[in-house]
Amino acid sequence: MVQPSDAAKPGTFEAGAPRAPAQTLRRVTVALAGNPNSGKTTIFNALTGSRQHVGNYPGVTVEKKAGVRVHRGLWLDIVDLPGTYSLTAYSTDELVAREFVIDAHPDVVVDVLDASNLERSLYLGVQFMELDVPLVLVLNMSDIAAARGFVFDLEHLSALLGNVPLVPAVGNRGEGIEAILDATVAVAEAARPERHVAISYGPEIDREIEHLASLLEPDAQRLAPRRPRWVALKLLEGDRRIRERVRAACTRADDVLVSADAAIARLRTILGDDPEIVIADRRYGFISGACQETVRSTVELRHTRSDQIDAVLTHPVLGLPIFLGLVYLMFWATFRLGEYPMAAIDALFLWLGQAVGGLWPAGSDSLLRSLLVDGLIHGVGGVLVFLPNILILFLAISVLEDSGYMARAAFIVDRWMHKIGLHGKSFIPMILGFGCTVPAILATRVLESRRDRLTTMFILPLMSCSARFPIYVMFTGALFPERWRTPVVWTMYVVGAVAAIAMAKVLRSTLFRGETEPFVMELPPYRTPTVRGTLIHMWQRGWMYVRKAGTVILAVSVVMWALTAFPRPAESDAGVPDAARAAASVGGAGPPAAGRRAAALEHSVAGRVGKALEPVTRPLGFDWRINTALMGAFAAKEVFVAQMGIVLSLGEGVGAESDSLHAALQRNYSPLQALAVMVFCLLGFPCMATVAVMWRESGSWGWVVLQWVILTVMAYVATLAVYQVGSALGLGGAM
Amino acid sequence: MTYDGTDRPVAPVALDTLPDGAHARLVTVSGGPGLRSRLAAMGLRTGVAIRVVHNGGRGPFVVAAGEARIVLGRGMARKVLVVPNGSGEA
Repeated sequence: MVQPSDAAKPGTFEAGAPRAPAQTLRRVTVALAGNPNSGKTTIFNALTGSRQHVGNYPGVTVEKKAGVRVHRGLWLDIVDLPGTYSLTAYSTDELVAREFVIDAHPDVVVDVLDASNLERSLYLGVQFMELDVPLVLVLNMSDIAAARGFVFDLEHLSALLGNVPLVPAVGNRGEGIEAILDATVAVAEAARPERHVAISYGPEIDREIEHLASLLEPDAQRLAPRRPRWVALKLLEGDRRIRERVRAACTRADDVLVSADAAIARLRTILGDDPEIVIADRRYGFISGACQETVRSTVELRHTRSDQIDAVLTHPVLGLPIFLGLVYLMFWATFRLGEYPMAAIDALFLWLGQAVGGLWPAGSDSLLRSLLVDGLIHGVGGVLVFLPNILILFLAISVLEDSGYMARAAFIVDRWMHKIGLHGKSFIPMILGFGCTVPAILATRVLESRRDRLTTMFILPLMSCSARFPIYVMFTGALFPERWRTPVVWTMYVVGAVAAIAMAKVLRSTLFRGETEPFVMELPPYRTPTVRGTLIHMWQRGWMYVRKAGTVILAVSVVMWALTAFPRPAESDAGVPDAARAAASVGGAGPPAAGRRAAALEHSVAGRVGKALEPVTRPLGFDWRINTALMGAFAAKEVFVAQMGIVLSLGEGVGAESDSLHAALQRNYSPLQALAVMVFCLLGFPCMATVAVMWRESGSWGWVVLQWVILTVMAYVATLAVYQVGSALGLGGAM
Repeated sequence: MTYDGTDRPVAPVALDTLPDGAHARLVTVSGGPGLRSRLAAMGLRTGVAIRVVHNGGRGPFVVAAGEARIVLGRGMARKVLVVPNGSGEA
């Protein structure tokens, strides 16, 4: 599970955030909760502005978003909990939210209610009240609700809910944000109010709750949460996690659990249904009662605007072509529009490399120069060049998500997803996988069934993520004629998706055999994404990429540089002249320095490992240079490009688009080899960050190793087939 | 499941038999407590008025419960038992 303490800390970077809490400011943790699609994220953005940070991906994956706001002398650490409908233990998201509230003891919980969907929103809100946490309720999107004819008596409603502060707001217009902050500060500063809105679940259930609570009372101090009544209620609901907590905390746990089981059996006989269901019904009864007196609906709109849009976008015939058109548009924008800023960034790093390199005399063998220019500038630059493409892709994904269309996409493809044993919900992570596998794996948390979830996580690395894109650009740019480049890149994306589908089908009929889980998902109303919100979401993901370039890729570039630079051959080394000649002949009429560098490279650790691997990879068409680049690509696939630049003995101007790299690739490789490498990088060896997040989310190294091995073996076989068949057909030569 | 959640003696039918635009009241869901409480949390609870938004005959199914639009897999829709209303009553 997520470590709450990590999430609550302001991170190492917050754009525009105040540096550190002044000593005088009291620090308060605020947990922001609410249903999915309640507009919680919009409220979060309005509360914290750009002062947000998302957990770090490589290494520890903390998916919790947190932000900071200073208000009325309080430093508010605001944590955005996953959107949930309830606080049961059935889904990972609900557990994460619940455990944060129970274990991290936030000073205030702010629960965002969808005003148009008040009864259902309160189903979660009431559960926070029962948990007796300091609570602020936000009635969000009150404008839309008003337009739909709802009239609220907030004062009365708040009184019926035990005087919980109830603040109306319109998140996307920033209305009510000050009021939310005021209420939050007031609750944080107030002495804990004695609220006790004990919902009556009927005499039979109430009696059992009292009884169990009295058994728990002696251990109340050691229970988390210290609310015997709430724990008793959860025991009657048959909550597994709470049973575990009771077992851990109570001296007479067995007595309590036996009593709970007996109570459940008794209630089932008396009530004619599972207590859990009756409790849910009665909770709704309490809410309906409160709403009946305080919410009036003046008109009933049969067809809202969302339904009208859905009539077109989810049309049985038109739905799929529209969806495919949008996906095409997304990739078209990513590839085409990204080209212009990309050229500028490429030029910038080229200039930087030359400027730094120019500090040494021409042809210098200085190690420091080599580290700075070949290792750092080209390593990081080769990756940052793709930032524009990645930002455009993330922008498109943010728009798809924020507008509500992503859920429709899941709905549209559900019928086809069933044929591979998954359902539409697995499709959203797959689309996210085009951006980055790591958030895609985290997004599988919405899948309730573990089998569905593991299957989806297994196939996600096959969705061609943005880190593979530089590899495609480098090889197609160098080795394929202009008119072939785009189709080849497209083919890679399609091959990845097809492989993912095939693999899901295979996994569902072997390893993860079983019934397809029932499919339930909400279609959020369409919303016009706000510019600010979309940009924040795009940047959060983009920043992840930049940070990766600045940390993991930087570090790996240095390590790879060292592996390719050491040990250095002595001038008298007998091997050098041969290798130099060989390299010089491969490199054509290159300068003698290039030949010397190639020889040094072969002598280095990376060169030797690459060489040692050649027998394994030769049938795939890989030489030792590609092997060394693949080693770097395990850390992050983007590294492959930079590493190819280094191992092709190019001092300057190594970017995926650079002419010198293209020329060197053309001299050394055939288009068929390029294709083989692309296929291998697409299908094989998930990167380090994927391995880390897969481990955290699957909870076992077994799955990680299995996934890694299956994918890599599959990649090997596929690449072998491509290269061998291609060679047999005589495609090995130049085009 | 044969009991009726309303006071009218009408036999409940599976949700997926209703056409687009039909109004109904939810009686029960035949499924484990986990599934049922999850649906309840999403607003598909006993007694709630629902409307069929999309029943394409195959593929997933969309119902409206209040202002929420909820997609149910076909198998799911078969497990939701409802009593149809005359139109306009919901």
